[in-house]
Amino acid sequence: MFALSPVEWEIIQLSLKVAFWSVLCSLPLAVAVAFLLARAEFPGKSLFDALVHLPLVLPPVVVGYFLLLLLGRRGPLGALLDEYLGIVVAFRWSGAAIAAGIMGFPLMVRAIRLSIEAIDTGLEDAARTLGATRLRIFFSVTLPLALPGVFTGTLLSFARSLGEFGATITFVSNIPGETRTLPLAIYTLTQVPGGDAAALRLSIIAIVLSVIALMLSEWLVRRSQQRARGHDD
Amino acid sequence: MIDVRITRRLAGFSLDAAFTSDSGITALFGRSGSGKTTLINAIAGLVTPDDGTISVNGMCLFDRARGIDVPVRRRRVGYVFQEGRLFPHLTVRANLRYGFDLAKADERYIEFGKVVELLGLEALLERRPAKLSGGEKQRVAIGRALLASPRLLLMDEPLAALDHARKQEVLRYIARLHQEISVPIVYVSHAVEEVVQLAETVVLMAAGRVVASGAVGEVMGRADLRAQGIDFEGGTVIEARVAAYDSAYDLATLEFAGGQLKVPGIAAAVGEAVRVRIRARDIAIALTEPVDISVLNVLHGSVVDVKAGDDARAVVRVKVGMTVLTSRITRYSADRLKLVPGCPVCVLIKAVSLN
Repeated sequence: MFALSPVEWEIIQLSLKVAFWSVLCSLPLAVAVAFLLARAEFPGKSLFDALVHLPLVLPPVVVGYFLLLLLGRRGPLGALLDEYLGIVVAFRWSGAAIAAGIMGFPLMVRAIRLSIEAIDTGLEDAARTLGATRLRIFFSVTLPLALPGVFTGTLLSFARSLGEFGATITFVSNIPGETRTLPLAIYTLTQVPGGDAAALRLSIIAIVLSVIALMLSEWLVRRSQQRARGHDD
Repeated sequence: MIDVRITRRLAGFSLDAAFTSDSGITALFGRSGSGKTTLINAIAGLVTPDDGTISVNGMCLFDRARGIDVPVRRRRVGYVFQEGRLFPHLTVRANLRYGFDLAKADERYIEFGKVVELLGLEALLERRPAKLSGGEKQRVAIGRALLASPRLLLMDEPLAALDHARKQEVLRYIARLHQEISVPIVYVSHAVEEVVQLAETVVLMAAGRVVASGAVGEVMGRADLRAQGIDFEGGTVIEARVAAYDSAYDLATLEFAGGQLKVPGIAAAVGEAVRVRIRARDIAIALTEPVDISVLNVLHGSVVDVKAGDDARAVVRVKVGMTVLTSRITRYSADRLKLVPGCPVCVLIKAVSLN
């Protein structure tokens, strides 16, 4: 039987918690950035675009290191957060979520941007002639029609978060019960003698989680595409 | 009352158009690329002119000199797009309610149920746009624009994508809607039949300019435009009533102030009013009534005037009863028949050239 040990449970729950919060917090920002990139023209747009995509091409360790410099207890931002809001993210699970969110951000933006770009701007013009404000058009026309891309982006980023390793271990280290997510736990087990069997078990769990996430998102994407095309009944 | 006077320059195209109309339905008529759509996009606010003024019912929507440019959503200008542009993720009901819910209560002049009834949308309300036919989509698009209670309704070739039967169906809905609701309509089209059937005022456009505007009969009757290098065939527009219909031959008999006309395949019931356009070149002239001839319509009248062109053609106006018909024949024929004002003639119109 494939019964999970309490430690394994803890790792899975922590991994899901980190991935869930990283996706949830980066989603609104990713939608806003995707909308800007898809619809707005402004000076420095290509630089901004490159900046958004940076985590995709940089070594994750570099991202983690910069996060540590910035958000560490003595980092400029980290010190401010600690002093005024009492928030500490370094070496905490919330820091792992931030690292994972940043690493998955370009994937999320890309998918959402593509689906916004595929929307006929004529529909938005039609909404304007009917008296809608830009904000209302965004929530009543653009966003519902971009949902397939939002779901795809969410999944890609969620999967990326579950697998995040380099930035996480550099920024928040590898603390059992706090920042030791699945990939970190697997890595740790491969470093100790006799840990192979346990590492394999966790690897299988990782595969199962990924497949479930993939299937769920496929289903959501298909559903939302049908809705957007108006074939759901 | 619509008053538009705008210029807009783009690479390879410039629009410099002005027209005024206080009719119910104004048609912007011209070939594709003549600037009709740009003109109504400017009225809607989707395109910003370089210069000029736009006002509707005394309300200024755009005035470059005074720095006025009312935002699209505040213009209350309804727009029926060529492709409908219904929101695909919403039901017909939600599409219809989109502008209705956004309109201020004190500016609303039409009820939801009234529009649904007028456009025959009851059975479609819970469907999504993907499940509608082309004609149904355009009816919903018209209803959606109307329910926002616009002060002006723009229609950009709303029938262009439809087959003949659907065109007639939607045309009848538009005509009916116009009788029931007093919103002014600007109707863009390159199809003469639609313009003749619907419009009271016609604004004829070519290459970004207004080349003629006025009452439908007057503009459509202009036989001088071809000489100015504008591809437009003048003709006479006749207000008639369907007097009889012969289903065996699919032939309708129309009565007008000048006699009777036989017209094939007309989409109107007996008793209904119709407009028919007779192109100038489809009217032949004879001095005596011909016998044993296939031409079904032979009308008696007298010549009003003869205008010989610079080329081979001449324009002859003939008064038949209370109606003046414009005919284009060769200058040679006009001379050979010795046509002069007052001369009694027969006017010959092939039935198949009508409609």
